[in-house]
Amino acid sequence: MSAREAGTELAEGYNFAYLDEQTKRMIRRALLKAVAVPGHQVPFASREMPLPYGWGTGGLQVTSAIIGRSDTLKVIDQGSDETTNAVNIRRFFARTAGVATTTRTADASIVQTRHRIPETPLTEAQILVYQVPMPEPLYRLEPRVTECRKLHALADYGLINVKYYEDIVQHGSIATTYDYPVLVNDRYLTSPSPIPKFDNPKMHMNPALQLFGAGRERRIYAIPPYTKVKSLDFEDHPFSVQRWEHQCALCGSRESFLDEMIVDDAGSRMFVCSDSDYCSSRRAAQDAPGDAAKEAA
Amino acid sequence: MTVSAHVAPLLSARGLSKQYAGRGGCVEIDLDVYPGEVLCIVGESGSGKSTLLNALALRTPSNRGTLTYRTRDAGTLDLIGLAEPQRRMLSRTEWGFVHQNARDGLRHGVSAGANIGEPLMAIGARHYGRLRETAADWMARVELDAARIDELPSAFSGGMQQRLQIARNLVTGPRLVFMDEPTAGLDVSVQARLLDLLRTLTSKLHLAALIVTHDIGVARLLAHRLMVMKDGRVVESGLTDQVLDDPQHPYTQTLVASVLPV
Repeated sequence: MSAREAGTELAEGYNFAYLDEQTKRMIRRALLKAVAVPGHQVPFASREMPLPYGWGTGGLQVTSAIIGRSDTLKVIDQGSDETTNAVNIRRFFARTAGVATTTRTADASIVQTRHRIPETPLTEAQILVYQVPMPEPLYRLEPRVTECRKLHALADYGLINVKYYEDIVQHGSIATTYDYPVLVNDRYLTSPSPIPKFDNPKMHMNPALQLFGAGRERRIYAIPPYTKVKSLDFEDHPFSVQRWEHQCALCGSRESFLDEMIVDDAGSRMFVCSDSDYCSSRRAAQDAPGDAAKEAA
Repeated sequence: MTVSAHVAPLLSARGLSKQYAGRGGCVEIDLDVYPGEVLCIVGESGSGKSTLLNALALRTPSNRGTLTYRTRDAGTLDLIGLAEPQRRMLSRTEWGFVHQNARDGLRHGVSAGANIGEPLMAIGARHYGRLRETAADWMARVELDAARIDELPSAFSGGMQQRLQIARNLVTGPRLVFMDEPTAGLDVSVQARLLDLLRTLTSKLHLAALIVTHDIGVARLLAHRLMVMKDGRVVESGLTDQVLDDPQHPYTQTLVASVLPV
C-alpha cells in the first residue's frame, strides 16, 4: 500500500526530510565512518528533533540523512506498523519528505525499526535503520565512559562473560533475552538495540545494510551487508533463541516471534505474531487459494 | 630452567622516580626482584612505598629511570613506554596485585566464583564448567569454603575477602605478585593465618612477591630481603634478619626499636 494515508499531505516550509542539508551531510559522514569500522560507535552532533528522546530521535536522524525522493519507507515498532510510534514516524516522513510509505516489508527500500527485525528476509536493496536507546553494551558493567572506550579499543570483552557467569549462577542459564550483545566482524562488541535475542541470528550475514542511531547518546554505528555477527556465550552454555509451544493464533506460524495477548478479564490469552506484516501476508496467502477454489466452484 | 635463569632478576628498576609536582613520591630507586623471592618494602606513612609499588606495577607512570621485566617466553621487556595492551596482558598473565582493601580488588556486585573467574575470562576462558571448577579449587586453596562459591563478597568477613582477593590474583598463575599492606586492618589471629597462607603459597608456587608494609612483624615473617624507605629514598636494604637484627641507619634503628613487645 503506497497510497497516501490520511493526514499526510506534504507540509510547507521544511527542507526535504526535515533536517537541513548541512546536518544531513554531517550524519552521512558519521555513517560512512560507521560502515567502514563495523560495530564501532561513531559520535555525531545529534540534533533536537520534534520527538522526545527515547522515541527514536536517533533512527529518525539516520533515516532523514539517507532517504531520497524515490525511497519507500516502512516503520515498525515492536514489529507492528500500527503503533503510535510507527504511525507518527511514517507520517513525519510522508509530510516532510513526501516519500511513499508502505507496511509491506518486501516493498520498502528503508525500514526504520524499534525493537524488531522483520520476519521477512531483507535484501541487498534494503536498509534497516534501528532506533537505539543505549548504544554502549558495557554500560551496566563498567560505569566509566573513558574505561568503556578503552575496553573497546583493546577488544577487552571478558566483562560480558562475567555477567553471563553470574546469570548462570542465579538463573541456570544466560538470562539476557533482549539487547543481547554481539561481536561484529570479530572485533567490536555492539548493542543490537533492544531487539529480542530471537532476532540476533538474523543480523549475521544479513544482505541488507544495518544502521543504528542513538539520538540521546549521540552515537551512530553500522553493520555492513554480509558481516559476521556473533552473539557472545560460553562453550558449555551456547547462545540459543527462545521457542514457543504455541503457534500464531491468526496465521498459524511456528517460526515467528510471538506476542502473548490477554484477551479478556478472565485471563484467557492468545499468541500472535509480533510482526504484523508477516502475519497478515501469511493470512492473505492462506485465504487466496480458498478464494480461487470458491470461484472455481 | 638453567642456573642463569634463576640468577637473572625478574623485575629490575634503576633510578626510578615518581614524584607529584616535584615533591613526595619516591626518588632514584634501584631494585631487583628475583624469581621466587619475597621482597618487603617497609617504611612509615608517606615514605613513598606505595607510590614505588604503583610505579613498579605500572599503575602509575614514573617520571624518570628504567624498569625492565623478564617474561616467561617473550624475553625481557622495557616497561617504561610499554603499550597499553601489553601492559594489560602482562598484569593479567604474569602479575597479580593485591590491594590493601579488598573492596578495591574485588568486584562487589558479582559472586565469589565470578570474582575468581574474571581474570580467566579476561584472557579468553569461555567454558563455564571449567571456570567453576577452577574457582572452587582456588577457594579451597586459600582455605575458603568452596560451598560458598555463589555468595557475594560482602557475605564474607574481612579476612576471607582478602583471601578471595589473593585467589583472584593467583588464578592465572602469575610469577610476580605486588601486595600493598595485605594484612592491614585485620585482627591479629586473622593476620597470622593470612601470613601463613601467603608463606605457603609463595614457596609452593615459586612466586616472587613484592610486599609493601609498615609492619616489621609481617616483614620478618615473610620476607627474604628487606628495603627500608624514608622520605622517598631507600635508606637501607639487605637480608631480612641482617637488617632487623643489626640495623645500620638511624631511622631503621628507630623503626626496629619502636616495635611493641608482646
